[in-house]
Amino acid sequence: MLTIKNLQAKVEEKDILKGLNLDVKPGEIHAIMGPNGAGKSTLGNVLSGREGYTVTGGDVSFNGKDILELDAEERAREGLFLAFQYPVEIPGVSNLEFLKASMDAIRLHRGEEAMDSMTFLKLAREKCKAVNLDQNFLKRGVNEGFSGGEKKRNEILQMMMLEPKLCILDETDSGLDIDALQVVAEGVNSQRSPDRSFIIVTHYQRLLDYIVPDFVHVLADGKIVKSGGKELALELEEKGYSWIENGEA
Amino acid sequence: MTEVAPKMNNEQDLVKKVNFSQDALAFVKTQAHDAGLSEVRESGYAAFESLPFPTRKTEEWKYTSLNALTQQDYNQAAQNFDLEDASDLYAIEDLDAYRFVFVNGVFVAELSDSIAQAGIELTVFSQANDTQRDLIAQHIGNIAETRRNLFTALNNAAVEEGVLLHVAKNTQLDKPLQIVNISSAQPTTCTAFARCLVVLESLAEATVIEQFVSTNESQNLLVNQTTEIQIGDGATLNHYRLHTEDETSLHFGGVYVDLNRDSQFESYQIALGGKIKRFDVLVNHNQPGSHCEMKGVYLPKNDQHVDIHSYIEHIAANCTTDETYRGIMADRSKAVFNGRIHIHPDAQKSLANLSNKNLLLSNKAQINTKPELEIYADDVRCAHGATVAQLDDKACFYLQSRGISRPEAEIMLSFAFINELLESIPLEPLRKNLRPLLAQQFSTNQSLTQHILDEDSGVHSAEGAS
Repeated sequence: MLTIKNLQAKVEEKDILKGLNLDVKPGEIHAIMGPNGAGKSTLGNVLSGREGYTVTGGDVSFNGKDILELDAEERAREGLFLAFQYPVEIPGVSNLEFLKASMDAIRLHRGEEAMDSMTFLKLAREKCKAVNLDQNFLKRGVNEGFSGGEKKRNEILQMMMLEPKLCILDETDSGLDIDALQVVAEGVNSQRSPDRSFIIVTHYQRLLDYIVPDFVHVLADGKIVKSGGKELALELEEKGYSWIENGEA
Repeated sequence: MTEVAPKMNNEQDLVKKVNFSQDALAFVKTQAHDAGLSEVRESGYAAFESLPFPTRKTEEWKYTSLNALTQQDYNQAAQNFDLEDASDLYAIEDLDAYRFVFVNGVFVAELSDSIAQAGIELTVFSQANDTQRDLIAQHIGNIAETRRNLFTALNNAAVEEGVLLHVAKNTQLDKPLQIVNISSAQPTTCTAFARCLVVLESLAEATVIEQFVSTNESQNLLVNQTTEIQIGDGATLNHYRLHTEDETSLHFGGVYVDLNRDSQFESYQIALGGKIKRFDVLVNHNQPGSHCEMKGVYLPKNDQHVDIHSYIEHIAANCTTDETYRGIMADRSKAVFNGRIHIHPDAQKSLANLSNKNLLLSNKAQINTKPELEIYADDVRCAHGATVAQLDDKACFYLQSRGISRPEAEIMLSFAFINELLESIPLEPLRKNLRPLLAQQFSTNQSLTQHILDEDSGVHSAEGAS
C-alpha cells in the first residue's frame, strides 16, 4: 500500500528526515515512536503534502502512485488521511459544510455520485454518536471552541466519514484524558479492515494499549533505527528513548 | 482627525473645484421644486458653495480621489427612465414589502405600491398631500450633516424628489419598506439625486431597506443620495442598505440618524465596489438610553473602490453602540474604512465597541482602515480595533488535506470571514437572497460555491433544523 524509500526532507533549510524507509501493507497497523524532534510529525506532514516541507530525496509510492507529485487534495482523494496533532479552528465554515465538500470531492474522484443531503446527514449523525460527540458539533464552525479531546474526536469522525485507505494519526493521543483516548481508540479499531492501513505516530506507549499495532518502529534523528513487534513499545516505555539513542540496543 | 477645513493648496485644485462646483450650482438652479423645500435648498446651496472641493489633503477624502468627477461634467439631469424587466434587478424572493422604485432618480409609479395603513404616511415628495408636505418641510435637512461631506450639501441644495415615511406614535409599519434606486447608462455623464426621510414617532417601529442596483452596462450616472432618519423615544428602526450596482457605478451617499430616549437603530450595510462608492453613516445619540447596532460588509474586487465613513456621536449619557464591519478586498481593489466614535463630555456610562476586520485576497489589494475613539467623559467603556489579514494557510491546508480543492478552500474561507455577519441578518428572505449574490463575488463557478450555499449543510439552516 505504502512504500517509503530513503525519504529525505527539510523544513526551513533544516534537514529533518534523513533517509527513512517504511513498507506498509494493506490491513497493517504500524506505530512510529520516537523522542521529540526525531521527525515524527514531519513524516505525516510530508506524506500529506503540506507546503513548507521540501522533499530532497527518496520515493513514496502509495498504491502504485508517486504521491510526491500530487497536491495535498489529490493525495486525500487517493485515500490518504492525516489526523492532525493540532486540528485548526475555522470559524464561519460549519463542520457539516466542510464534511459535505470533502465527501463530494472524494466521491467524485472515485467516480461515485454525490451523496444526497438526507443520507449524508444521517451518516454524519451516526458517526457523531460513534465518537461520542453531540450532534450540535456538526452545526458549529470546524473545531471552533472545541476542547482538545473534541478536536481529536472530530478528526476520527472525519476519518469515519471519508473512509480512507491509509490513516496517519499524528500524536492523536497528546493532550487526551483516558476517556477521550478510549473513544478515539474505539473509533480507530472500528475502522480496521483488511484493506485499510494505519500509521500511528506517538510519543507514548499508552495509546498502543488500546490500538494494538502489528509493527513498532523507532524514529530517531530522521531515520528508523529499530523495528519490531508490539513488545518493542513496552520495552521503550521501560527503558526510555535514550536506550536507542545511545546505541545500547 | 483634523476638524479644520483644509485650504486649497494650489491653483489646479481650485480650478477643479470651481468647475465641478459652478456646474453643480448652475444645475441646481434649473430644478423646479416645491416651496416647502426652499429653505433646505438654500442652506444646502450656501453650505456647498462654502466647502472646498476635496483633494488628497482633505482628511475625509484622503484615500478617495474625486479626480474622475472633474474630467467630465456630471452636473446635468439624467435622461433615460425606461427599463425593460427592471424588476429582475431588485427582486428579493419571498420578501413581502411595500416597494418604491426609482429609475435614475425618477419615481416609477407602475412598479411601486401604495399603502393605506392607519398612522402611516408613506409617499414620494412629488405626490405628497398637504399633511405630508408639512411633515417634509418640518423635518427635511434637520439631521443631514453638510459640514463634512460636500455631496450631502449638494443633495440638500438639489432636493426635489424623495421618499417620506412617517410612522405615528405606537404604530408599527406592518411590512418592510423597500426603496429601490436603479441606475442605467445615459447618453452623457449626469447626476441623479435621491432622498429619503424617515420619521418614527415615539414607540413606533419600522423596517426600511434602501437598495441600490444598476443595469449590467457601463454606468455614467452619478448617484447622490441622502437619508435622514429620526427615531423617537422608545422607537426602533431596522435599516438595511444594499449596494449591488455594476462595478462602474458612481455613488455618494449619506445616512444621518438622530436617536432619542431609549430608541434603537439597527443597521446592516452591504456594499460591492464601484468606480467610486462612498457613503457616510452618522448617528447621534441625542438622548439617554439609545442603542445603535451597525454591521457592515464590503467586498470590492477587480479595480473597484469602496469607502465607508461612520461617525457615532455619543452626546447623551447611558447610550450604547456596537459596530462591526468586515471587508474582503480582491484583485487590485481598494477599500477605505473610517470609523469614529466620539464620546461627548456629558455622555457618562457610554458603552461603545467598534471592530473592523479585513481580509486581503491579493498582493495588490488595499485597505485603509482607521478606527478612532475620542473620549471626553471619564466613566465610559469603549473599545475599538482593526485587523488586516490574509487567508490562513493552515486552515487552507486543513481543507485541502480532506480532498477539497485549493480554489474551493479559498472561497470557503473567504465566505467564512463574512458568514457570521450575514447569518445575523434577522430578515430571512434578505439573508437567503444575499448569500448566493455575495457568493458569486468570489466565483461564478457553481461547483466552487455549492457547499457554502448548501442549505442543508451550512451553519445557517442547521440552526433551525435542530
